[in-house]
Amino acid sequence: MLTDSSPAGSGPVNPNRNLAADAFTLRRRPPSEKLIDLGFRQLTLVLASFVAIVLLGIFLTVFQGAREAISSFGLSFLTTSSWDPVNEEYGAFIAIYGTLVTSILSLAIAIPLGVGTAIFITEDLIPSSLREAIGLMVELLAAIPSVVLGLWAIFVMEPAIRPALNLLHSLLGWTPFFNTVPQGPGMAPAILILVVMVLPIITAISRDALNQVPIELRQGAYGVGTTRWGAIFSVILPAAVSAITGGVMLALGRAMGETMAVTMIVGNALNFDLSLLAPGNTIAAMLANQFGEADGIQVSALMYAALILMLLTFAVNVVAQWLVRRLSLRY
Amino acid sequence: MANPSPITYDNTALFDRRPLHFDPGLRRNRLNLLFTSIAGIFAAIAVLPLVLVLFHVLMQGGRLISASLFTQLPPPPGLEGGGIGNAILGTVLVTLIASLIAIPVGVGGGIYLSEYSSRGWFAQFVSFGNDVLAGVPSIISGVFVYGIVVATRIFFDQSYSAMAGGIALSVLMLPTVIKTTDEGLKLVPQELRWGAYGVGASKFVTVTRITLPSAFTPIATGIVLSIARAAGETAPLIFTALFSPFWPEGVFNPIATMSVLIFNFAIMPYEAQNELAWAASFVLVMMILAANLLARWISRMAKV
Amino acid sequence: MTSSLYSSQSADSTKGDACMSLQNVTISYGKFEAVKNVFMDIPRGRVTAFIGPSGCGKSTVLRGLNRMNDLIPGCKLKGRVVFDGHDLYDPKVDPVEVRRRIGMVFQKPNPFPKTIYENIAFGARINGFKGDMDELVERSLRKAAVWDECKDKLRESGFALSGGQQQRLCIARAIATEPEVILMDEPCSALDPISTLKIEETMHELKRSYTIIIVTHNMQQAVRVADQTAFFNAEAVEGGTGKVGYLVEFNDTERIFNAPGQQATQDYVSGRFG
Repeated sequence: MLTDSSPAGSGPVNPNRNLAADAFTLRRRPPSEKLIDLGFRQLTLVLASFVAIVLLGIFLTVFQGAREAISSFGLSFLTTSSWDPVNEEYGAFIAIYGTLVTSILSLAIAIPLGVGTAIFITEDLIPSSLREAIGLMVELLAAIPSVVLGLWAIFVMEPAIRPALNLLHSLLGWTPFFNTVPQGPGMAPAILILVVMVLPIITAISRDALNQVPIELRQGAYGVGTTRWGAIFSVILPAAVSAITGGVMLALGRAMGETMAVTMIVGNALNFDLSLLAPGNTIAAMLANQFGEADGIQVSALMYAALILMLLTFAVNVVAQWLVRRLSLRY
Repeated sequence: MANPSPITYDNTALFDRRPLHFDPGLRRNRLNLLFTSIAGIFAAIAVLPLVLVLFHVLMQGGRLISASLFTQLPPPPGLEGGGIGNAILGTVLVTLIASLIAIPVGVGGGIYLSEYSSRGWFAQFVSFGNDVLAGVPSIISGVFVYGIVVATRIFFDQSYSAMAGGIALSVLMLPTVIKTTDEGLKLVPQELRWGAYGVGASKFVTVTRITLPSAFTPIATGIVLSIARAAGETAPLIFTALFSPFWPEGVFNPIATMSVLIFNFAIMPYEAQNELAWAASFVLVMMILAANLLARWISRMAKV
Repeated sequence: MTSSLYSSQSADSTKGDACMSLQNVTISYGKFEAVKNVFMDIPRGRVTAFIGPSGCGKSTVLRGLNRMNDLIPGCKLKGRVVFDGHDLYDPKVDPVEVRRRIGMVFQKPNPFPKTIYENIAFGARINGFKGDMDELVERSLRKAAVWDECKDKLRESGFALSGGQQQRLCIARAIATEPEVILMDEPCSALDPISTLKIEETMHELKRSYTIIIVTHNMQQAVRVADQTAFFNAEAVEGGTGKVGYLVEFNDTERIFNAPGQQATQDYVSGRFG
């Protein structure tokens, strides 16, 4: 047996020793097969490099486009709020502020809703068929296109919530955050539609994180006599918290870059207003509205805004990946 | 302290000992009920948007479904009737272009990551880059393609085109296809690969005849879902594919898509256009839900 | 040395003083019966071992004693498990209260993702402990014979300990809540022989204060630690898909291993088993 194992390509097989070898015409690999093997490897390598090329291309294209605006406006672009194509003065403060406020406030609402829903459908509180149905519905919500949600927000949601917003205005109108009369599109409806969009992400990731908590840990908690919610709050959630935080960061990135539904309902304001009931703007909405018709330095200013959006989402996503990866090492 | 002798105490007095019977009035049991109710209400709120959106899309869009919707062009502003035939065709065409680019590149890249890379620095960079690319806002991929395709008029001196729109969508699909391919291939048991090498198969033959077919289900599921997602995307198309009130004129001209049609027509002050936006939403949502059910069906078929 | 309430009872325990009493207990998962018609009286203040081949339902019975099976969907118990004059499966009984009085140590060490100190204090706190927590933590760790390894890293994560130390931490966690009964589900199956020996020593200490019920695969362990031993076996049922467990024999450990009343027990303990 040992003598049979002559390495491929090291010489002809002795026919006296192994007659059956004659029946195999490909005992030695033909050069063409090796060529295919190598070629395939190189092909997949090139295809994989596409990711790097595209990513680099996106960054360079946006940066190159933004250079003119960067040199004209510098960092004051971030803090000024004039958007004046006639005098060619541009500042993205309103859009940056709107991006941060809408995404952060929408998360503040979506986190308890999403995590609560995830607990409800993982912790054996209801029959499993009902749990699966809720899980399926939340997943399908993620599949509804943003533009359809925007359409729904314009024609159904915003008119429906306006009485509630009016009530908010009459109760809290003395604060600068609610001192305008709600008149259709605005920051508040944009925040609510963002809640609808990030809720499935937070729910799905929290659900996975909770499902990954080992059954032994749950048993341990129940074994010392905790109630169900005692176990959830003091053992299960702490064990899942870093994965959930990772999911929340991913959702934050998504909320900041979300375009269509927000563009349709945020009001695309050009003037700054602290009130959440007034129209606002976001970077993504500004791009969607103006990019097609812009020219000259306005394109560059929009590219500059796009660059800021990219860097924001990049930072948030890197933190999210790091958190998710850190958890997978733990258990 | 140093006395390791027998345990001589009885702590029981320091603990609350209650009868075994369930007491619903107990603070912890009341809190339990409270939190369970809160979680239940949250879950109800979470499913409410889907129910409402589907209800309105079905009611507002479903009643407009007719043969002319699929065969006619949208009417000029202010006129009644018409259809969204060009936009349906356009969505199919642009999504097809995106798939033809993203699926081969993505599956190839996924094969590299899973089968060839041996997880060196380049592979780690690619897979990190892939995660970053997945997080890039969809509007940015539109800006990118505008910069390299539309503004440069690279295709026969045409600016906005179906091709540009397809490329922009493929940028969004690519990370999903790579990820599902990579993860699908990783699920294939190592023994299967060893078995193939053991009978003297080359790496190429092993990957294409053994590994890839065994991972067909998760990869196909992921690809179907990413196509569904791309078909509903709007942001990358509004300044790449633009829009057109006419039937598609080849892939190097501006083209109508359902998603851009919904965006444009939703903010028009004309009833007829608003109605067509709802009708397009109905068609789009039905297509996407069907794709989701198809993906589910594929993965269930494999489990049986 | 003064002896505790429990140990004084255990010293001259008689069979009449049952801590837990199983009366015609049948446990099933969905349609499938895991173990059938178990009758037994588990004496107070002693160590009782459950032995038997895999799939004979001994762990299932153990988990049935503090309603841990409630966490497994579709798991049902018929019959009565009487503890402290109550049927634990009476609908009026609160399973949380049951688990506070009947503690449990699991097959795999499962410390909480908290500090060592918090791992102990957590259970005591939710059980309404009113005494000195530092003292309780130290005492519990001492009783579980893991104090020396832990005393310098009470603020570190429970995962910082080795597997055997983690398991003794889990024992300390169970005894910190002062249960009346401690259930141990193959507590040494994931441990090396030295850790196993330490845990067995711990058990000898503990039986002065507690009633201990232990499931073990290891017959030598049963001989070393148990006063009483129950032998479970499984048999195929006609028309059924799987095997159904049943209690073959329950007696003093010495009798079970030296003069068993049943042929099946004899075969199992002498290693002549299928």
